[in-house]
Amino acid sequence: MKPAPFSYHRPRTLAEALALLAEDPDAKPLAGGQSLVPMLNFRLARPSALVDLGAIDELVGIRVEDGAVVVGAMTRQWDLERSDAAHPLLRAALAFVGHTATRCRGTVGGSLVHADPTAELPVCAVALAAELVTSSGRTIPAEEFFVSVFTTALELGELLVEVRFPRAEGPWAFEEHAHRHGDFAVVCVAVAGERVAVGGVAPTPLSWDGGELEAIGDLYAPAGYKEQLARTLIARAREKVA
Amino acid sequence: MGQPLRRREDLPLLTGRGTFVDDVQVADPLHVAFARSPWGHAEIRSVDVSGAAVAPGVAAVLAGSELPELTDPFAAGIVHRLAYYAMAVDRARYAGEPVAAVAADDRYLAEDAAELVLADYEPLDAVVTIEDALDPAKPMLHEQVGSNVVVDRTLRYGDPDAAFASADLVVTETLRWERYSSTPIETYGIVADYDAGSGLLTMWANFMGPMTLLPVLARSLRLPEERLRVIVPKDIGGSFGIKSSLFPYMTVVGLLAMRAGRPVKWIEDRAEHLIASSHQPDRVGTRELALTNDGEIVGLRAHVVDNLGAYVRAPEPATTYRPLGNYVGPYRVRNVELHLVDVVSNKVPTGPNRGYGCQQVYLETERALDEAAELLGLDPAEIRRRNLIPADAFPYETPSGGVYDSGDYPRVLELALRTARYDELRQVQAAARAEGRLVGIGIALAVDPSISNMGYVSVALPPEVRQAPGYLHKSGAADWAQVRMGPGGKVVVTMGTTPQGQGHQTAVAQVVADELGIAPEDVATVDEFDSHTSVWSVSTGSYSSRFSGIAAGAARRAAGVVKRQILEIGANLLEAAVDDLELADGSVRVKGSPDRAVSLRRVAGVAHWDPHSLPEGLSAGIQASEVLHVPTSAPPTDDDRINSSHAYGFVADVIAVEVDPVSWEVRILEYASVHDAGTIINPKLVEGQVYGAALHGLGGALLEEFRWDEDGQFLTGTFADYRCLTAAEAPRISLDHIESPSPFTPVGAKGCGESSSQSAPAAVANAVADALRPLGLKPSHLPLTPARLWELAEG
Amino acid sequence: MIDLAVTVNGRRYERRVEPRLLLSDFIRHELKLYGTHVGCEHGVCGACTVLLDGRPARSCLTLAVQADGRAIETVESLASGAELHPLQQAFHEQFGLQCGFCTPGILMSAKFFLEQNPAPTEEEVRAELAGHLCRCTGYASIVDSILAAADKLRAQ
Repeated sequence: MKPAPFSYHRPRTLAEALALLAEDPDAKPLAGGQSLVPMLNFRLARPSALVDLGAIDELVGIRVEDGAVVVGAMTRQWDLERSDAAHPLLRAALAFVGHTATRCRGTVGGSLVHADPTAELPVCAVALAAELVTSSGRTIPAEEFFVSVFTTALELGELLVEVRFPRAEGPWAFEEHAHRHGDFAVVCVAVAGERVAVGGVAPTPLSWDGGELEAIGDLYAPAGYKEQLARTLIARAREKVA
Repeated sequence: MGQPLRRREDLPLLTGRGTFVDDVQVADPLHVAFARSPWGHAEIRSVDVSGAAVAPGVAAVLAGSELPELTDPFAAGIVHRLAYYAMAVDRARYAGEPVAAVAADDRYLAEDAAELVLADYEPLDAVVTIEDALDPAKPMLHEQVGSNVVVDRTLRYGDPDAAFASADLVVTETLRWERYSSTPIETYGIVADYDAGSGLLTMWANFMGPMTLLPVLARSLRLPEERLRVIVPKDIGGSFGIKSSLFPYMTVVGLLAMRAGRPVKWIEDRAEHLIASSHQPDRVGTRELALTNDGEIVGLRAHVVDNLGAYVRAPEPATTYRPLGNYVGPYRVRNVELHLVDVVSNKVPTGPNRGYGCQQVYLETERALDEAAELLGLDPAEIRRRNLIPADAFPYETPSGGVYDSGDYPRVLELALRTARYDELRQVQAAARAEGRLVGIGIALAVDPSISNMGYVSVALPPEVRQAPGYLHKSGAADWAQVRMGPGGKVVVTMGTTPQGQGHQTAVAQVVADELGIAPEDVATVDEFDSHTSVWSVSTGSYSSRFSGIAAGAARRAAGVVKRQILEIGANLLEAAVDDLELADGSVRVKGSPDRAVSLRRVAGVAHWDPHSLPEGLSAGIQASEVLHVPTSAPPTDDDRINSSHAYGFVADVIAVEVDPVSWEVRILEYASVHDAGTIINPKLVEGQVYGAALHGLGGALLEEFRWDEDGQFLTGTFADYRCLTAAEAPRISLDHIESPSPFTPVGAKGCGESSSQSAPAAVANAVADALRPLGLKPSHLPLTPARLWELAEG
Repeated sequence: MIDLAVTVNGRRYERRVEPRLLLSDFIRHELKLYGTHVGCEHGVCGACTVLLDGRPARSCLTLAVQADGRAIETVESLASGAELHPLQQAFHEQFGLQCGFCTPGILMSAKFFLEQNPAPTEEEVRAELAGHLCRCTGYASIVDSILAAADKLRAQ
């Protein structure tokens, strides 16, 4: 389980990173590496080059701006989890993301761009109506950012720069069921005020409108199992915010 | 002895100075990577290694198709000869089976080159499940067998037909259990170095025995056994049986070292380990119990099918046969019929896994017994009470030939019920049920066999084969230890036990110190195996929970001989009779006159520096080397009875669970476990073994599972898919012990390394069945994953 | 090949490495620090955990080149001479290891964990340990070791 060969760049600025990615369509950006490096080790990902975003200071940080909390894409999950500025929903959900060692390396942007349909951060982004700001100046609402399993609205060579979480007032709740502590969720539910988002049931985080839920099953969790689990977790979460 | 002495093994391990196989230093080794079949079942039209051979850094390549020229197939104890080579030759029989191996300057380059191996496959219909293997319409894996059933034996003891005909009640339970493995955190590893001048192939490997497999390996390599030296590094990162099965890879790595003329190293990676190392067989087992209305079991029938995967890899089919002597568990039933079937399929070959065959037997019996209790209106504890072998019946010969050495089963059961506060638990359960909650309690009892008799596997052969002239019978369970006192009066104990974390050195120091009346700190210990310097026999190794009975027993015997030598020298120095002397506090002294004493240092000094002055009959120095052989380990009788193990401990587990009716997760509310492993050398070491064994049993019963699709594609190739229990799911266990010393082992100790791995699955399955009973649901397919319980509930 | 300079256990190392070299392999095979063990190479088992700038990292999920200019601590850094770190001492006293293969990673995670949370509950220790697989102990003695180490460290 060793990666296939690739070349490696560690730019200092976003502009340099974008130039490197523009030069080579087979290059991949490397954020925290907690999802990408396993895929490299299994040789499921075989980029020609890695553009390591780890030295780009402008992508790191948490600031409050116009009532929104703006989180740089390369901010480590561990730091957001401990930030007083972060919405308590995010802080609660982050405790379910992997383990300490992966949260210390894994980034907020990396998790969002990876777009795993069971991951907690994308679900929270949808529930909080976050806006994702890209290197080409686009601002994409979370609900439109996640396109399918492991697929986002980012174009080739485009990077996520920061995420704007509107200051959501009011009650919130996060519910998750995973088979083991720290596993990807089977189903997770984030509620912020009136908004309910569900992870694990569809190819992308589902913004739930109160209608019938139809889940996609997997090896460990048949569709019907997920549906009844989702219904229960939604009910529990809404009970908490009521 | 009996003290919770801290482990002497710890310090290097805690400070990063262990010596595991990947830490073994040889000059400039090549590193191996394998090209493996992506298909579960396929003809291999061709394998082209030419591209790999010229890839950067590559020094040697070996194709599976070369193996029939270079090696002999691996032998196993069945009638049929399967062409089992270390890599696929012309047909791939499981996904992940190696088809070629590449040795290159580093592992990265080796993996690059392995990708360049071009194999042309013609996929075949895959044989995946037990039902597939029994289906004559499915392709045969090994045409020379004529079937995918490779062993099919029916064993009868007593008069089972009469017992079933006269029974008041017959219960029948069929259970299906998928594959799991103890997945040690250190994977397989081998370093090979070939000296062309002497023709000696030296291999370091984290191989744990049994050393029966060394002759198998030498024969496969066509090496005279003295030209094959196997060294097991000091530290093995867990095994639990699994590392017994690494020997086929030693053939490949050894051949590559011969071909390359350089040392060669292979460290298995986790993906390789999950797909292609070894698993516990999947199994479908039916248990029929014939009972009287009083709940007495009068007959027991088993019909089991174990799925051994693509080949029968020695010591398989031992999974099916290891429990033979203790098939009846702790119960008095005398009429037994066992229909034992082993099949091959397109899954990875199986092998020893903690508990080795017993957890399946006890799951089947204990589940059936709970159903019988329900039908008879008896409490599950009560039906067991009514069938236990009484304490005054030992040594007790079971109908299938086991000789239970010692025990007090009723006392252990009652202690377990008290430890679990069983009556209170039943009240808690009643209250929970009244609220609609799914709470259940399960009991499981297990006779815990240790120190395997090498002969049990041969019951897989029909008696006429075993009776044929020239057949070499199999029996025995020997091991060795040497005790030497140096000129300063300090002791070194040497064994070759290949431990994997059990704390053998700590325990043996306690045993020897106790025998010699010295402090354990004055006993140095060595437990590395080297086939050219250790004294060993084919039964050597750390498997079947044999250390405390056999190796520690040999050490105690050797220490006894050393003690006699010391006393004789002391008698000479003190001008006293040997019988009047005692060894205590580091000196030899006259009993009752402690001032008439001579220090051990003086005795040892005389023995080493002035042997001229020793009494007649004593040689220079003080040392003894003892091989402990077990005379009760005989070959099977012509009517298939065998004492399959040498000592038999006992376990009573009580588990209470709650099943969540939404997530269908099983949460353990209470786990009480009481053991009788004979004399305890170190209670903390025993506790550690019980905890580890229990978690393996719970993991295999609740969550851990290897999966394939219907085409034989492997679906659980990561530790995210193969889900081991973590600390967040692991229970606290209320532990207690009694000690019924074994009359058959020198220390009185029995094994405890497998202990609750055999009982926890049955206990938790009984608890889940009890929890689901109000819903009219009966789980019978393990592991009892949330999805499986949900599907059961959905009907 | 890329030039790389790291400080490991207080000592500076300079090496020229391939970009794809994993930090775990770099530590073991380039620096010959064999205390860090490799168990899965996909970030689940935790055996290879080291501290990177004081925070735990799976060295199998980190490229060696990503550690350029950073400080790494491995299990070899814990004891000072013959004196064990309180965590090591607690593992010894509580029988917190058997084969010892998973132990170095657990010790490094536990060091950071106790810095963050000096007085953890058993439940918190278990949740933290869920990032590490141990197949020998059933975890109870590891939990006890970490709780005992927390007591020792608080008393210091």
